[in-house]
Amino acid sequence: MIRLPMVLFFSALLFSAGIYGVLARRNAVLILMSIELMLNAVNVNLVAFSQSLHQLTGQVFALFVIAVAAAEVGIGLAIVILIYRNRESINVDEINLLKW
Amino acid sequence: MIHYAWIIALVPLASALLIFLFGKRLPGGGAIIGVVALAAGLVMSLAVLGTFVLHGDARPVSGSVEWFTIGPLQLRAGQFIDGLAAVMLVVVTFVSFCVHLYSVGYMKDDVRYTWFFVVIGVFTAAMLNVVIANNIFQLLVGWEVMGVCSYLLIGHWYEDKVNSNAAIKAFITTRTGDVFFLFGIFTLVTAMTTGGAPATANTNIQAINLAAATGHIPHGWLIAAALLLFGGVVGKSAQFPLYVWLPDAMAGPTPVSALIHAATMVAAGVYFMGRMFPVFLGAGSGVLQFIAIIAGITMLVAALLAMIQDDIKKVLAYSTISQLGYMVAGLSMGTAGFTPGLFQLFTHAFFKALLFLGAGSVIHSVHSNNMSEMGGLRKSMPVTFWTFLIGAAALSGIPPFAGFWSKDEIISTAFKEGHYVLWAVALVTAVITAFYMMRAVLLTFFGEYRGHGHPHESPVTMTVPLVLLAVPSATLGLVGAPQLNAVFADWVHVGELAHEPFEYGFAAVSLVGAGIGLLLGYRVYNRWRTPDPLRALGPAYSLLEHKYYLDDFYMHDIIRPIQYPIARGVDWFNTHVLDGVVNGVAALTRGLGKVVDVFDRRGIDGAVNTVGETAGFTGGLLKYLQSGNVQRYAVFLFAGVAILAFIFTRV
Repeated sequence: MIRLPMVLFFSALLFSAGIYGVLARRNAVLILMSIELMLNAVNVNLVAFSQSLHQLTGQVFALFVIAVAAAEVGIGLAIVILIYRNRESINVDEINLLKW
Repeated sequence: MIHYAWIIALVPLASALLIFLFGKRLPGGGAIIGVVALAAGLVMSLAVLGTFVLHGDARPVSGSVEWFTIGPLQLRAGQFIDGLAAVMLVVVTFVSFCVHLYSVGYMKDDVRYTWFFVVIGVFTAAMLNVVIANNIFQLLVGWEVMGVCSYLLIGHWYEDKVNSNAAIKAFITTRTGDVFFLFGIFTLVTAMTTGGAPATANTNIQAINLAAATGHIPHGWLIAAALLLFGGVVGKSAQFPLYVWLPDAMAGPTPVSALIHAATMVAAGVYFMGRMFPVFLGAGSGVLQFIAIIAGITMLVAALLAMIQDDIKKVLAYSTISQLGYMVAGLSMGTAGFTPGLFQLFTHAFFKALLFLGAGSVIHSVHSNNMSEMGGLRKSMPVTFWTFLIGAAALSGIPPFAGFWSKDEIISTAFKEGHYVLWAVALVTAVITAFYMMRAVLLTFFGEYRGHGHPHESPVTMTVPLVLLAVPSATLGLVGAPQLNAVFADWVHVGELAHEPFEYGFAAVSLVGAGIGLLLGYRVYNRWRTPDPLRALGPAYSLLEHKYYLDDFYMHDIIRPIQYPIARGVDWFNTHVLDGVVNGVAALTRGLGKVVDVFDRRGIDGAVNTVGETAGFTGGLLKYLQSGNVQRYAVFLFAGVAILAFIFTRV
């Protein structure tokens, strides 16, 4: 039986990797993927607590998160494609029109 | 009706207000309102007089309402209607009605037609207020308003400098008398107040009369009051030496001359003497003698001046002064002269208004005031001629016309009361009166026409009033005729009613006097002679021509010496004091303005600008956070979360 703290540690690691990706990467697709990492870290947490507390609520919530993540990735990729078509680039440093 | 006689005074006032507000928008300039109002006033006045006609001994009716309180005085305004007031109400409304009607034709196409009717309406209301007043200050209000209206009407055609000068002269001359008048009122009211009369009675005319008659006012006060009040009468009723304004007042339109300067306003002084008669009576024989002397001088000097005038209106003006002298002379004879004096006032109003309106009709036709440019108008203006003739006969004292009865009464009373000098003067004046009226009639209506243009009879609105006035001028003397019980004395008398029998001897003397005057007039003026035959009088004529140098005297010896130092003083005061004050205020204002300006720019604008600049500056700094770089936003986001997490986990 895997102990809860181990799982939480794994999940924190996963989340930190996601944050690093979101903040450090320049490629929009990689940023989206990093967001997926963060979401799934959360999912791991939810499932772990569900198991530990013997409640199914967390697992149901994880299912919802997966659904939302799928939708989010769909929209995000669509935006990235459109940006690429317009600007021949998906480097987020160059996508900075919305500023003063 | 008699209890509501005050309405009569309000009707012309209301109509004047209506004309003032709406007259210009109404067809006919609103004149019809004035005519109708005066007709209504006349009917009501006749109803009031009817009470006294039906009951000769009807009691006076008074009533009043709270006016205002000042110091120890409680003023109550109201009415006091006795026979005298009732008679005057009829006189004023009747003459005013005729003049209103006449003015519709005479003033046609005038530049200030509507305004004219407003002012004569206000004037009539003021005169009626004087007639009904039971409070001496209420009377004063009417008295002064009349002065103002007279001023406005004399200067009605003020585009001509001569007219406005005449208006100013009339106003200031009567004002000279009014100053005395005002102090006379003060004297009476002070005497009443110190005499311990109730607060409401101090200014009540009847209470004052009663106090004067019963000796509650000290004799010295009464003498002072009577003399001062007589000063007002001298101004208003154009007695010597203040009569000089009245001939100049002829600069006004002729209907005004008829209404104000012959029939009503100048009569106000005489009416006032009658109204406050106990005061004059109580002042004693010395004061009355003084008044008699003034009256005698007035009647004679004015009649002499009337002889040489070429302007027909001036003849009538001087004649008015002379006749006013008769009235005052009548009143100066004490109780016996009261009724004759006021009877003369009553009859004179009608025939003098008639004469003036007749003269106006002539002037309207020949476009000249000068009799040297008239003549022979008898044929072209028959109505005017015949009515004028009735008026002239009444003025000259030919029986049975109105003037004969009143004038004869005054002359005979003078003799019977032992005022022989006054009697002689009055008789001589009667001769001169007949003389100058004969002259006026002959020069105007007989002989050859000497003017230009084609004389024609006046329109019907002008001839109807002439006829209306001719009837009382011819017949109203009979109400004072002793043969017909002299009912006038029933209405107007003081003390015990005493009917004097008709003295044929005195009447014969008066009649012979008038006859002599007429005959002389006819002999001298039966045909046109130029220059005026009276020039044969030499220096005397020259004296009359210069109006006894009275105007020159006033101008050189009174007005100039007063006027120039005052003018200089006022000029100095103006340049040094008033201008200094004005400049000082201006400088102060500018200084304050500068302070306010600085405060506005630095203080208020500064605050507003600072707020704006601060917001802009802060925004300028903060805008760099809005870099457009999504990842930097994410850094802030996670940093925020981390801080919050840190804070919450610590708690």
